[in-house]
Amino acid sequence: MSEPTIKRAGEVLRLDQVRKAFNVGTPLETEVLHGIDLSLCRGELAALIGPSGSGKSTLLNLIGLLDAPSSGELYLLGQATRDSDDEARTRLRNQVIGFVFQFHHLISAFSVLENVLMPLMIRHGKPSSADIELARGLLDEVGLSAFADKKPTQISGGQQQRVAIARALVTRPPLLLADEPTGNLDTRTAQSVFELFHRINAQFGCAVLVVTHDPRLAADCARTIQLVDGLVVSDEANPSSR
Amino acid sequence: MRLADSLWTEWKIALRFLLDNRMQTLLITFGIAVGSAVIVFITALITGLQANVIERTLGTQAHIRILPPDEVNRILPADEVSWSLVLESPRAQRLRSIINWQDIRDVLDQDTQILAVSPVISGPAIARRGVARASVALLGIDPPRYQRIIPLANDLIAGRFVVGAGNAVIGKELARDLGLGIGDKLRLDAGEGREAVVDVAGIFELGVRELDARYVYLDLKQAQTLLDLPGGITVIDTTVAEIFEADRIARRLARLTGLRAESWMETNGQLLNALSSQSMTTEMIRVFVGISVAFGIASVLAVSVVQRTREIGILRAMGSPRGQILRVFLLQGGLLGLLGSACGGGVGWGLVQVFNLFGPRLFEIPVDPTLVPLAMLVATITGVLAAAMPARRAARYDPAVAIRYV
Ligand SMILES: Nc1ncnc2c1ncn2[C@@H]1O[C@H](COP(=O)(O)OP(=O)(O)OP(=O)(O)O)[C@@H](O)[C@H]1O
Ligand SMILES: [Mg+2]
Repeated sequence: MSEPTIKRAGEVLRLDQVRKAFNVGTPLETEVLHGIDLSLCRGELAALIGPSGSGKSTLLNLIGLLDAPSSGELYLLGQATRDSDDEARTRLRNQVIGFVFQFHHLISAFSVLENVLMPLMIRHGKPSSADIELARGLLDEVGLSAFADKKPTQISGGQQQRVAIARALVTRPPLLLADEPTGNLDTRTAQSVFELFHRINAQFGCAVLVVTHDPRLAADCARTIQLVDGLVVSDEANPSSR
Repeated sequence: MRLADSLWTEWKIALRFLLDNRMQTLLITFGIAVGSAVIVFITALITGLQANVIERTLGTQAHIRILPPDEVNRILPADEVSWSLVLESPRAQRLRSIINWQDIRDVLDQDTQILAVSPVISGPAIARRGVARASVALLGIDPPRYQRIIPLANDLIAGRFVVGAGNAVIGKELARDLGLGIGDKLRLDAGEGREAVVDVAGIFELGVRELDARYVYLDLKQAQTLLDLPGGITVIDTTVAEIFEADRIARRLARLTGLRAESWMETNGQLLNALSSQSMTTEMIRVFVGISVAFGIASVLAVSVVQRTREIGILRAMGSPRGQILRVFLLQGGLLGLLGSACGGGVGWGLVQVFNLFGPRLFEIPVDPTLVPLAMLVATITGVLAAAMPARRAARYDPAVAIRYV
């Protein structure tokens, strides 16, 4: 906590020498991330690329506060998170972060609309009519307003992924994380999901960090961060992006 | 966030999870229902049975009888330096009156724990009609007072309940043995030449053979004359409000009056023993059924927690606090308990009604109106407790690990 927080204007996320090791203290101990420095500002859209096993998901889980770094510090909205307890981290997850998982992960017992509303229900109980309007608006945005009352099992994989994106956005988070959101989608559907990220990024101005294997999709993003064996090997702006 | 708002969400998630696992929910609800039905039915049956047995027992006897102390030999204590060897032959207990019984009666009348007080004189006699003879117990009573101890008028099968002026009320068996009907004369011989002829005014049936064959009710005065105890009575019968306090009250009355006080609990020790072991058996059945219901709920929820690992991980990732996950599963346990016991309670209640309508009809089982709600409350609490282990496990999931679970 003694470290001074040098906050850039509109900085949403900053990683300071973040390391992550698994199975600490056992013979299987392996360090997956070896000191990551990274920062992300408001309105930025960054693609995170790298070979399988390079630590992308691990990094995203750390940023999403689902896991804690072994060392180093992670700032969210300028706030250090290393020493915060589970309760505070849980609250930050709800308020600051929208997470889209690789396998969409909707809750099958709830309808599409209820899934989108879930983060708000977790935040303050019964959703207001404004909440419902917002959720319907987002479903409209992802082109699924006609499916609001369907169960997740009744819609296609691409549609489910779009529902998950709407869900991640319903709290208007300053930071949207997506872990290979298009991993199991065909090229055209993947394209349209990325379109959505671009649109959302432009529209809401939230920072977006998206993991992808597809170089063409990555090239479309304003910034590309490459991770190899737990180290950032390149971090550059894309001239070809729009 | 306020707990009420949080609970709204938890309630919704819990309900959806239960509805989503329809088959599991249905099966465990059925299981809980069977358990609750058994508990409700057996509780009603045994409570009804016991109440009935006690009612029948106490219908023909006083709760506490106050008697004169036994006569004992007075033995002078030996002086300090010598031993005394005593050969004692116990005294014969002659019929004798309670001294100052009017005062004692008045004191008991004022006692708040005592409902009714009835002085009675009783002693043996021989009843004769023609050549037929029967040994009987004479009971001299004050009818209005005695009625409040044993409502004899309700048990009359012929005639009227009048004693005094040469009238007597006798039991059905005695009437049959001696061939007596209403208005017939009966000769009573209490020994030593004390005899009387009385008219049979009423015949009762208490349903206890011994009493129906031996009791002859007279008024106090006539009985006192026959038993040679002018103005005396031999026992004070009382009833109390709290029948299971009778033992304690009897001890208090014994200290208060310096007389012997016998409670019904003392004289019916066997019965009470039987009843309490019956209660214990029922209690054990209830506990074991409760335990198996609890384990049923716990195992269903344990499976559900594993099945929903990923969904729990997502909820946690979206910012659902540990406490919320915990309560989602506690609520499911409670809901299962409530739902199952509501069905089971209804079925159990129905079974009791069926038993009352088509059963052996020996007695009516009343169902305490609080029984089913109470069973539901207990089942709900059991459900919540049973859910505690799986719920804690769910709440402890590490979201990063849970999400990757397949
Ligand atoms: N919980 C864990 N325990 C032990 N090792 C782990 C754990 N999670 C990840 N790892 C290891 O960390 C390394 C990086 O894994 P990670 O899932 O972050 O890779 P990735 O870049 O997301 O790969 P992919 O593109 O295949 O999803 C892998 O070698 C993996 O085995
Ligand atoms: Mg990955």
